[in-house]
Amino acid sequence: MGEAIVITSGKGGVGKTTTTANLGTALAILGKRVCLVDTDIGLRNLDVVLGLENRIIYDLVDVVEGRCTVQKALIKDKRFDNHLYLLPAAQTSDKSAVNPAQMKQLIEELKQEYDYVLIDCPAGIEQGYRNAVAGADEAIVVTTPEVSAVRDADRIIGLLEAEEHVKPPRLIINRIRSHMVKNGDMLDVDEIVTHLSIELLGIIADDENVIKASNRGEPIVLDPNSKASIAFRNIARRILGESVPLPPLEEEEKGLFSKIRKIFSLK
Amino acid sequence: MNVVAKQKQQYVTIKGTKDGLTLHLDDRCSYDDLLKEIEERLVKQAGVAPDSPLVSVHLNIGNRYLTPAQEEEVRALIRRSKNLVVDSIESNVMSKAEAREWMRKTEIVPVSRIVRSGQVLHVEGDLLLIGDVNPGGTVIAGGNIFILGALRGIAHAGYAGNKQAIIAASVMKPMQLRIGDVMNRAPDSKTDEGNEMECAYIDEHNQIVVDRLQLLMHLRPNLTRLERRM
Repeated sequence: MGEAIVITSGKGGVGKTTTTANLGTALAILGKRVCLVDTDIGLRNLDVVLGLENRIIYDLVDVVEGRCTVQKALIKDKRFDNHLYLLPAAQTSDKSAVNPAQMKQLIEELKQEYDYVLIDCPAGIEQGYRNAVAGADEAIVVTTPEVSAVRDADRIIGLLEAEEHVKPPRLIINRIRSHMVKNGDMLDVDEIVTHLSIELLGIIADDENVIKASNRGEPIVLDPNSKASIAFRNIARRILGESVPLPPLEEEEKGLFSKIRKIFSLK
Repeated sequence: MNVVAKQKQQYVTIKGTKDGLTLHLDDRCSYDDLLKEIEERLVKQAGVAPDSPLVSVHLNIGNRYLTPAQEEEVRALIRRSKNLVVDSIESNVMSKAEAREWMRKTEIVPVSRIVRSGQVLHVEGDLLLIGDVNPGGTVIAGGNIFILGALRGIAHAGYAGNKQAIIAASVMKPMQLRIGDVMNRAPDSKTDEGNEMECAYIDEHNQIVVDRLQLLMHLRPNLTRLERRM
């Protein structure tokens, strides 16, 4: 019996879908059987990020309405032999096409088959959010170091804490720019963690390669050298229960500093 | 005959104090006897000039419990005595419901949690919050608000109109402070000052002022529980 983890944020555009795709891929690389569920009905993206867009035949709404079985609707990602599957959202309906009870039943069914079911939550706190959370056992809140994103994360954490079937949520801080933090132009990790006071699962540096990879439909985790990829892999290992230390930001700053110093010394 | 009857009953005693007249009503006779005696001694009593000024009296009813309807009845009866009007009724007993209500309004309610954005925490008495109020979160109390943690959201003390209420916080960085019907918001420019161990209260100009916590013992001496309770 697997675990269902919902990935949510409240605010849009902070990287829920990218995080879902990459954590799912990282868990699959680590040998777990993973199923990704896109609950953003009407605005599906997860399939695009994974590069599985043109293989969709049936979707979540078809499954819920009984037009096909779950197995038939699942798309296998051939890059990770039998380890990564996607249940895409419908693009033609809207959030009200599914209700929380149906979602709970569906996730329950998927948990029998897979080690991890990652649920990509839509932005907002309405029906789509309620659907996504209904079947989850755990929750990961994604935020960026922006005041508005942190405010929404706080709201979402409050809502998640009221859900009795969900364990205390954990936090991922996405798109950190260490030079901006250094200059005091961006909230720093400590500030966000004290403010939200939930367990920190990991931090991901802002990296252009993430966008490039998403556009190609290849999760960044597949590139073993990118910083963001290492961060996602570390988070996946923490989800599995390993204690992987957080890479200290100072080190990165030092690296950056020495680079700058190098440039200056060259001049 | 009349004299004997009076000595026998004596359910109603009138005492004059420097605060005015106090009627002591016996608490061991039946309610009906009490009414009868009030009627005889006060209402039927002649000799009061009809145009004499109204005198307010305090009622002390000892260990008797009067329902609101009965209270009303006694008030009306005494009012019929031409120049007496009941100012207050004091009793040594209260109903359980009243006691609970009283407790709810004066007790300190300890709460250990984080009040997050969009959440509202509402108590009738004093609130002792062990945790933070995050931006967008709201705490409301009928009495004072004490926060062991950071206040970054909205706090409303004395929401029913108690202007003596105060708000104290370990870290005072609120979005808004409200006490009674007075409101104050944070300055637009953000400062990195300490804002530690501070309290907010309404000063003599009816403005909310934020100052050091230590001043409270002079400003609101009756915050101290023991004296305040009774």
